[in-house]
Amino acid sequence: MFATLAYDLSHMTGAMVLLAGFAVLYQRRLLGVLRAFACQAVAVAVAAAWQAYSQEAPHLYVTAAIALLLKGIAAPVALDRIVRRLDIHRTVETAVGIGATMLAGVGLVVLAVLLVLPVTISSAALTRETLAVALSVVLIGFLIMITRRNAITQVVGFMSLENGLVLAAVGVKGMPLVVEMSVAFSLLIAFILFGIFFFRIRELFDTLDLQSIESFRGERR
Amino acid sequence: MIQAAITSIGLQLLHFMVALASAPLLVGSTRFAKSRLQGRRGASPIQPYRDLLRLMRKETVLAHDASWIFRITPYLVFALMAAAAGMVPMFALDLPLASIGDLIAIVALLATARFFQALAGLDIGTAFGGMGASRDALIGSLAEPAVLMVAFAVALVAGTTALPAIVRFVLSGGVGVEVSLALALIALVIVAIAENGRIPVDNPATHLELTMVHEAMVLEYSGRDLALIEAAQMLKLLVFVSLIASLFAPWGLAVAADGFDFAELLGGMAVFVLHLLAAALLIAVFEVSVAKMRVFRVVEFLGAAFILAVLAVVFRFVTDVS
Repeated sequence: MFATLAYDLSHMTGAMVLLAGFAVLYQRRLLGVLRAFACQAVAVAVAAAWQAYSQEAPHLYVTAAIALLLKGIAAPVALDRIVRRLDIHRTVETAVGIGATMLAGVGLVVLAVLLVLPVTISSAALTRETLAVALSVVLIGFLIMITRRNAITQVVGFMSLENGLVLAAVGVKGMPLVVEMSVAFSLLIAFILFGIFFFRIRELFDTLDLQSIESFRGERR
Repeated sequence: MIQAAITSIGLQLLHFMVALASAPLLVGSTRFAKSRLQGRRGASPIQPYRDLLRLMRKETVLAHDASWIFRITPYLVFALMAAAAGMVPMFALDLPLASIGDLIAIVALLATARFFQALAGLDIGTAFGGMGASRDALIGSLAEPAVLMVAFAVALVAGTTALPAIVRFVLSGGVGVEVSLALALIALVIVAIAENGRIPVDNPATHLELTMVHEAMVLEYSGRDLALIEAAQMLKLLVFVSLIASLFAPWGLAVAADGFDFAELLGGMAVFVLHLLAAALLIAVFEVSVAKMRVFRVVEFLGAAFILAVLAVVFRFVTDVS
């Protein structure tokens, strides 16, 4: 039983990340979305820490710390403040219903599994599964960005997509820390830019619903 | 040979008696724990026994328009629940009844009971009965696919749908920390909450409220019929609790393959009592910490259970290829 514990636990933490992605899809309230996203980031941190321990790769602890501090605590808290300041914590504007997006999410997971398994048939089982889970998390991040119209949920989708990338990176042996750091910091910069954009969009349109931007051609109101 | 048959029949009878005797206690201790958590004194845990006795002694009142369906439903529902309870291991494995029905048969028994209960709700023709029946059918139509997917996920892991064989497989340590099983556990818990009409889905404590489901359906029953239906509902909770416990935490169950081992049976009983107390406490804590959801959100709640169960099957598929 304990011989497969390393394998089982990394499998389990990957599944937790994926499950948190579904939790983001399931939430109806913006603050709930943020909380579910924070759970996902914590799950990513746990996954990275477990990989660091089982692969004996100490630099992955840094990855775990970045995931925990930046995405598990800093980003949700900041977004939380923005949501409260703009007073938009009522509901998530969905382009497609919640049940339909959940089903689409399952479809994407199946798609990821079907895509990854034939390609990686020769590699180790653990790598293959991590890649399948990570690809599903990435696809679900895309799905969040596509089906939720609010700008905040777009950011959450973007960051949960990045969580999938981190998951893929820590699952594969020999990923250098530089890649990790640069991804994390580009994410941070993107996050700051998004924050500025929130206020600009809000100033211009009085809403964070991106649908009203789609028809915007640059004329002043 | 004959002695083995006698011991196995004796085990089954003991199992039935324990199940029937402990089902009201489970409900009573859940209510007790819940009221203590809410700061009330609460009725004693043995109050459901008194309620059942009182209902048994009371006269049964039948509506004028009641057909035979309404009259046989309490007996049928109780019998179906008792049959399901007879198949689920509670304190001992290898029940003789378990060999004639697997997980899917248990799901079918519960579904049949639900079908007749909904029919009886419609039969009288009152507005409440019809409303409760339609809502119960809605919950059932969403819960059953989920519970079947859970059964498939567990069966894929263990390689069989027979309950004793699955429990044996889990006991043998053949599974580590398996993702599919974790997902299936969450899905099964959600389904159990919905099937038993516990709080986020239905409120078992109210009698006249527009949001009630199960109580609306059985509103026209009285006396002995009501006692049977209530007992069946208590048995249903016991069936789900022991199903979850025996699938996901079967350690300590008496494995009575080779006749009675008295000490082992006692140990199994102790584990069973522990399971019941843990379940009562967990249900109570969960129920005081969540609010009842709107009926139309139940669709999403059970949809989540279905999706978790599907994911469990998908993950099993990923692992299986390796």
